[in-house]
Amino acid sequence: MIGGLFIYNHKGEVLISRVYRDDIGRNAVDAFRVNVIHARQQVRSPVTNIARTSFFHVKRSNIWLAAVTKQNVNATMVFEFLYKMCDVMAAYFGKISEENVKNNFVLIYELLDEILDFGYPQNSETGALKTFITQQGIKSQSKEEQAQITSQVTGQIGWRREGIKYRRNELFLDVLESVNLLMSPQGQVLSAHVSGRVVMKSYLSGMPECKFGMNDKIVIDKQNKGGSSEEGGKSGKQSIAIDDCTFHQCVRLSKFDSERSISFIPPDGDYELMRYRTTKDIILPFRVIPLVREVGRTKLEVKVVIKSNFKSSLLAQKIEVRIPTPLNTSGVQLICMKGKAKYKASENAIVWKIKRMAGMKESQISAEIELLPTNDKKWARPPISMNFEVPFAPSGLKVRYLKVFEPKLNYSDHDVIKWVRYIGRSGIYETRC
Amino acid sequence: MTDSKYFTTTKKGEIFELKAELNSDKKEKKKEAVKKVIASMTVGKDVSALFPDVVNCMQTDNLELKKLVYLYLMNYAKSQPDMAIMAVNTFVKDCEDPNPLIRALAVRTMGCIRVDKITEYLCEPLRKCLKDEDPYVRKTAAVCVAKLHDINAQLVEDQGFLDTLKDLISDSNPMVVANAVAALSEIAESHPNSNLLDLNPQTINKLLTALNECTEWGQIFILDCLANYTPRDDRESQSICERVTPRLSHANSAVVLSAVKVLMKFMEMLPKDLDYYGTLLKKLAPPLVTLLSAEPELQYVALRNINLIVQRRPEILKHEMKVFFVKYNDPIYVKLEKLDIMIRLASQANIAQVLAELKEYATEVDVDFVRKAVRAIGRCAIKVEQSAERCVSTLLDLIQTKVNYVVQEAIVVIKDIFRKYPNKYESVIATLCENLDSLDEPEARAAMIWIVGEYAERIDNADELLESFLEGFHDESTQVQLQLLTAIVKLFLKKPTETQELVQQVLSLATQDSDNPDLRDRGYIYWRLLSTDPVAAKEVVLAEKPLISEETDLIEPTLLEELICHIGTLASVYHKPPSAFVEGSRGVQHKRLPGSAGSGESVDSPDPGSAAGASEAPPAVIPSQGDLLGDLLNLDLTPPTTTGPPPAPSSGMQLGAMDLLGGGLDSLMGDESEPLGGDLGGGAAMGAGFGAAPAAMPASFSAPVSGGLDDLFDLGGGVGMPMGAYSPPKTIWLPAMKAKGLEISGTFARRAGVIQMEMTLTNKAMSVMTDFAIQFNRNSFGLAPAGPLQILTPLSPNQSIEASLPLSTVGPVMKMEPLTNLQVAVKNNIDVFYFSCQYPISMLFVEDGKMERQVFLATWKDIPNDNESQFQIKDCHLSSDATSNKLQGSNVFTIAKRTVEGQDMLYQSMKLTNGIWVLAELRVQTGNPNYTVSLKCRAPEVSQCVFQSYEAMLKN
Repeated sequence: MIGGLFIYNHKGEVLISRVYRDDIGRNAVDAFRVNVIHARQQVRSPVTNIARTSFFHVKRSNIWLAAVTKQNVNATMVFEFLYKMCDVMAAYFGKISEENVKNNFVLIYELLDEILDFGYPQNSETGALKTFITQQGIKSQSKEEQAQITSQVTGQIGWRREGIKYRRNELFLDVLESVNLLMSPQGQVLSAHVSGRVVMKSYLSGMPECKFGMNDKIVIDKQNKGGSSEEGGKSGKQSIAIDDCTFHQCVRLSKFDSERSISFIPPDGDYELMRYRTTKDIILPFRVIPLVREVGRTKLEVKVVIKSNFKSSLLAQKIEVRIPTPLNTSGVQLICMKGKAKYKASENAIVWKIKRMAGMKESQISAEIELLPTNDKKWARPPISMNFEVPFAPSGLKVRYLKVFEPKLNYSDHDVIKWVRYIGRSGIYETRC
Repeated sequence: MTDSKYFTTTKKGEIFELKAELNSDKKEKKKEAVKKVIASMTVGKDVSALFPDVVNCMQTDNLELKKLVYLYLMNYAKSQPDMAIMAVNTFVKDCEDPNPLIRALAVRTMGCIRVDKITEYLCEPLRKCLKDEDPYVRKTAAVCVAKLHDINAQLVEDQGFLDTLKDLISDSNPMVVANAVAALSEIAESHPNSNLLDLNPQTINKLLTALNECTEWGQIFILDCLANYTPRDDRESQSICERVTPRLSHANSAVVLSAVKVLMKFMEMLPKDLDYYGTLLKKLAPPLVTLLSAEPELQYVALRNINLIVQRRPEILKHEMKVFFVKYNDPIYVKLEKLDIMIRLASQANIAQVLAELKEYATEVDVDFVRKAVRAIGRCAIKVEQSAERCVSTLLDLIQTKVNYVVQEAIVVIKDIFRKYPNKYESVIATLCENLDSLDEPEARAAMIWIVGEYAERIDNADELLESFLEGFHDESTQVQLQLLTAIVKLFLKKPTETQELVQQVLSLATQDSDNPDLRDRGYIYWRLLSTDPVAAKEVVLAEKPLISEETDLIEPTLLEELICHIGTLASVYHKPPSAFVEGSRGVQHKRLPGSAGSGESVDSPDPGSAAGASEAPPAVIPSQGDLLGDLLNLDLTPPTTTGPPPAPSSGMQLGAMDLLGGGLDSLMGDESEPLGGDLGGGAAMGAGFGAAPAAMPASFSAPVSGGLDDLFDLGGGVGMPMGAYSPPKTIWLPAMKAKGLEISGTFARRAGVIQMEMTLTNKAMSVMTDFAIQFNRNSFGLAPAGPLQILTPLSPNQSIEASLPLSTVGPVMKMEPLTNLQVAVKNNIDVFYFSCQYPISMLFVEDGKMERQVFLATWKDIPNDNESQFQIKDCHLSSDATSNKLQGSNVFTIAKRTVEGQDMLYQSMKLTNGIWVLAELRVQTGNPNYTVSLKCRAPEVSQCVFQSYEAMLKN
């Protein structure tokens, strides 16, 4: 199991050092600094073995988190734990920066004592932790309160406490998708996938039982088999094939496995209900058509056309096209019909920004790039990348229902105010040129 | 609140000031002071001098302060054990606190204080806490047992904590169960044979129930524990798989990978024709792909594991090539791993796509990545024959880019392509030659030189090219020098007239001006070959090379099986067994995949018991003999009472082969002249021996081992023991010449049910020998020394000593060829020596080998006729009764006798130590000295050995 956990600043100074196992000595702290943080080359692996001691590290802005062990630990678990640790810290004091870590070191030690016992990760749900790690000292809790804390920390529903009350029961559901594309210069899709997340904010009283439904092809097909066949063709079109999905630990996985229904008792506040991935019938919101011509050895002509490919009533926002330029660029002349374009020498790229663009439109930019004569090897031509945001889900996912049942309190599904929003963003959206 | 100020105090006299503050009356001031102490401790300052002052702050009702003091205690208690006792009272008191959080805190902290005196006081509170009414306290106490076990294992056992811990597996609270499982698993690791976890269908059921209810971490503990279980049959295996598969949709990648581990392992037991098997295979792919959208560090771990999974079961991900395409922004470690998997998944169906990608990668920035991409193109050419042409042309395109390292890498792989497809792509040689001057890396230069030498007859100016390399001969690396030497000799053999001068030049450079023994040796060999027998030289140097294999860098199958059992862990990241990087006893156990049930993939095991369903353990997978030499050479020569031999690193095998060969040659040349001197007086035999070596290395190393042993049994003569068990006469196992003066001769005997290895050790050297130890390699019947080799007195020169070593048959098993071969390592104060010998199989006949008549009949019928083998024993002049008596002495029991037409038929049975029964029918005809024996056995490979033993037993 994890033998120790260290947090360093960018210089390699130790901010937090907590050793859980006897086999990890003080020199381990230095070994990591010397061999990884101060190493001359780029980091070649997130797992480093130094003198039979293994170091796992992740970096958050300038801060290094390193877990140390001498055993054959579950490596996936260690990384998952480090991320979780970051989440927990962020939930307590915001951004993970040197200043924040130093300011909260007592709290961090207290957290580390609680969520890692002898190197074994324990309950690390912030909802539960915040009930008893408060930095307020111990309030004189009543016996019932104490019992409630411990039963929540260890219980089956470790992510939600009892007795939550809201005057207004409200639910916010966001479908956030990032659409990834790699396209060849000829416009052939080399790979495309959507990775989506269903993010919820729930403000519900009591211990509500929720059920979430979407246009999952498997569910719809199953229903159609049982129901009328007329409807089948119609709704069948609208369903989507989900390659794979993963769920927050509140979702009953065995029920999903057997019935493919998503039922859960939600945590209070913000959480990510599920992640999913689709690869079939993706709506690619934009198409990028590049045209690069080398005129002699000192000039390059670039023309890029972008076409929006969605309903004309919808508006895409924050569109940005990034066209890489060779390292030996000396000057760039740009003409674009829409938005603003700039050559950024420090980034070796032309950045073309458009605030808004409706569907079924197209726009174009032309650039003349002057080059200095050079003997360097041929320019590698990195792909043209794009960023944007669209108000629909490129995977085609639709929320069909989100039902709330709370048998003990007197509010029903109808009384809950629900908000649903779809946002599609570009992930890695690249076209080779 | 700005606690960061505590990190900045660096002034002198700080400790003194802190001391004053710690003893302050004001609570706030005290707390501030403790915070300062902790901050100093964090940055590495020694604040142990404040121990008594900090401990004094422990008695407080402020929980935050208490936790800080505890933190201090955990760090310094070990350096101040006497003072740490001061804290005990508070701990004990806190363990009785009405607040469960404080009870848990106390028991948690106490376990972290590694001071013997404190652990004594810990036992009572721990016992109470393990039975606490509050689950939070119980789950903390469960982990505390593991802590205590780490400090004092004996104490934990004596106090009966292990049983309490086992009871907690049935606790009503899932988190308590999970922590108990984690603690037990860890404790069990340091007691490999304790059967501590005692996994049986009932406990498995409890674990599977808890799996649905506990936290994500708890699920990981439980799944990792489940993976150690071996289901009884395929049905149980399937039902566990069914209950584990929902975990594949968990958001935590560790839960997913641990579930994959359980499934990959249990799948081995499912029959392949089962519908469920196919369903399961299909279910595995999507979650593995999903792992690739996790954070880069997790992607890396996932990719390392996918690399293993793809080698074991390529079918799972064969359609998922695209997800392994490299993204521009991937960290370099992810890129390199993806490339590896792309090559593994490359097939005729997707090769076009793969090649297009690889070509794209070859223009990237990172040098390592580009190199690997170029290499990958070459590997594709070798793997998918249909793509070879396209790959070669892609490589040529890349050479045209003139980017130095791309060109060099391309030339290295083209050399391999030539090896795989001879006489197909030699037209590109001209292009390669153009780039000769730009090559500055040894590997590329060597590859190019190899190409020039190999195809000298097609390159008009081959002599000029090679000559140009020769100019700076002494500045080249060894690799290039060796290659250049060989290439010029090849050239000479192909175009002798024009190149005589060149070859003389290189031979003199190699033999006279070089300090490198390898180079000189090779130079001399060529020289002698060329001067004595040019025809032989041609045969040796221009011999046809074996084609190179398709898949390179595959992980060795036994290691792969072990790594599959470690999916998700560090071992799977390093691709090394845990014993390679974990110290001490932990993780040294080798995990194995369970054997498959009922499918066609039956294991090559000599144990028929498993087929009869009698054995509980899964049939041992017998590794190939290949890594056995490696094993033997890596034996640590401690007495066998400790653990078995450490596993050989994968390179051990090759090393071993080289060593053995070298040894053989040494002895071959031993009494010739000094071989490396200026004059070469060596016989022609030496040249021939060397010549064969490079051509067929793996084949030749077996010669010195088995060659001397084939006729080991001098079956005529010797002292027989008429009524006792047969024991062959002693033969020389290890000649003194090979073992720096130690000669060992020996034999085997079975006395009172114990196999004895009887040896005579003779010291033929000039100095005294001491510190003898012995170790066996794994062998067919698990023979292992039952105790250390008892040679108590030093062995003086010219002295002999008799040693008798009792053997057990519970050692590690591996099938040997021949079956009764035993490889032995003997150590003394001078060196370690290896030899092998064969034991008569009759040593393994056990005393209770007499079968009931009925059983005999049934068994005889039951064993298929294919397993029957017949042998002739010639020139035997015993009556049937005498025969039967004689054989009985060696535990061959006559069950029945029948006389048919003047022939005596003896029906006999014997049982081997591993439970294999051998049935025999011996036909004795009066007046005819030739007996016929028919043997029937479920493991027919033993028949030949048994027959040899019959012959040996009867003729003595």
